[in-house]
Amino acid sequence: MTAQSWSPARNSLIVFALVLIAWQILFVAVGPQAMTPPLETIGYLAQLLTTAAFWGHVEETSRAFLLALLLAVVLGLFIGFLLGAHRFSRDVCESILVAFYSIPKITLYPIILLVFGLGLPAKIAFGTIHGIVPIAIFTMGAVSNVSPILIKTARVLKLRPWRVVAAVLFPAALPEIFTGIRVGFALTLIGTLLGEMFGSQRGLGYLLMTAIGLQNVKLIMAVTLLIVLFAASVSTILIVIDHRLHRRMA
Amino acid sequence: MRRAAVFRLALVVAGIVLLELLCRTGRIDRLTMQPPSEMVRDLVVLLASGRMNGAMLKTLVNVAAAATLAVVAGVVFGVGIHRYRALRQGLEPLFATYYAIPVYAFYPMLIILFGLGDMPQILIGFMLSVVAVIVSTLSGLDRVLPVLVKTARVYRLGPIATARKITLPSAAPYLLTGVRLAVAYAFIGVIGAEFIMSQTGIGYEISFAYDNFDNKVMYPLILLILVVSVVVNASLSRWEKALLQRRSRT
Repeated sequence: MTAQSWSPARNSLIVFALVLIAWQILFVAVGPQAMTPPLETIGYLAQLLTTAAFWGHVEETSRAFLLALLLAVVLGLFIGFLLGAHRFSRDVCESILVAFYSIPKITLYPIILLVFGLGLPAKIAFGTIHGIVPIAIFTMGAVSNVSPILIKTARVLKLRPWRVVAAVLFPAALPEIFTGIRVGFALTLIGTLLGEMFGSQRGLGYLLMTAIGLQNVKLIMAVTLLIVLFAASVSTILIVIDHRLHRRMA
Repeated sequence: MRRAAVFRLALVVAGIVLLELLCRTGRIDRLTMQPPSEMVRDLVVLLASGRMNGAMLKTLVNVAAAATLAVVAGVVFGVGIHRYRALRQGLEPLFATYYAIPVYAFYPMLIILFGLGDMPQILIGFMLSVVAVIVSTLSGLDRVLPVLVKTARVYRLGPIATARKITLPSAAPYLLTGVRLAVAYAFIGVIGAEFIMSQTGIGYEISFAYDNFDNKVMYPLILLILVVSVVVNASLSRWEKALLQRRSRT
């Protein structure tokens, strides 16, 4: 390993250790009624992961999340390319997208539920509306910033429109698009979990909601830990890929 | 750009008219959605009745508290760590993965810690916004031209005078980005938390109306939140643009 790739890994480890220490200190400060300490939480999570019922919830959440992410990426890329390639549409729609990004989308949840009904489609829709905007905004920005020389070259070579997208625009815009997908990943996860917290009978969000009702601190902590571990590790991997893509283009 | 603004307005109006027509003709049934004109009328009635004043005040105060806390803490922390390279490098991976972590997952824990009062909601808003402020502060300070700092030193300005005359004006647009994000995220955080579980606030009122199929209250309130968050965000970003322009002129 080179020194350069070693240093981020070391930094992450230090941060991870500090978080564990802070957690333990916080536990000592607030006491066992409010939270469980790191080791006990990890132990309980490991125990949960051996039960079939818990895996059922994990599976449900994973399914909803993956479908929501797929939809967010496909639709986000579509909107992003469309607006990125056409200047006037971009001027018209950009601030609408940005405004949509900043509203508390949780207030739209009742509408989603009324339209899609209880169950998987509502969760997917809720995850997707969270993730789609950053992907569209980043893609739009990236496509509109592709160097005009590349586009002129494509025109000189008389490439068909879809070839222009596949061979020129997409590769040139990839690093920024990937950043958008990275942000979209995080927001889709939040959206899916929020979707499960209301009007759902299964999934990790539902499990959290019932655990609040029962004041089951152990369960809350274990589920939270699982979600945070998943989000943080996937996002770390995505950041590494992201940096690599950006460096290659530079 | 003016033509784009006209088109944007036309697009939004067309969307609203379409929704109105779909609702009036019964394509969308009354249980799912109400015509926009009725939402506006119901909102006026609701606001005039004063029923929602308490909830609105509660939400606004909590959002203001969360955003203020986040801005103060974020700027202080950002200025504090800006000088220490190693510390900053160690924290950077934490900032980068922070927004991948679903902050709402901590809400149950906060409820157990602080009870079901205002504190958990304010803290969720704070947690959601503070890192955005730190990151904007850092990037603002990074962009203060070294020549300006040197000039300050030549004139022997003290630390406070340097901050007031050089650093702050120079970093202002980026600090304002942080403020804008803090307000948007505080809105999202507080209303989301109210929605999940609370005893008062607009988010709570929406979820209460939803549970009772009270569309005459629910849709006007959703509309209110959308309008308020879009207006606040748009005015802050207009101010931000003005500052950026002034900065590039000088």
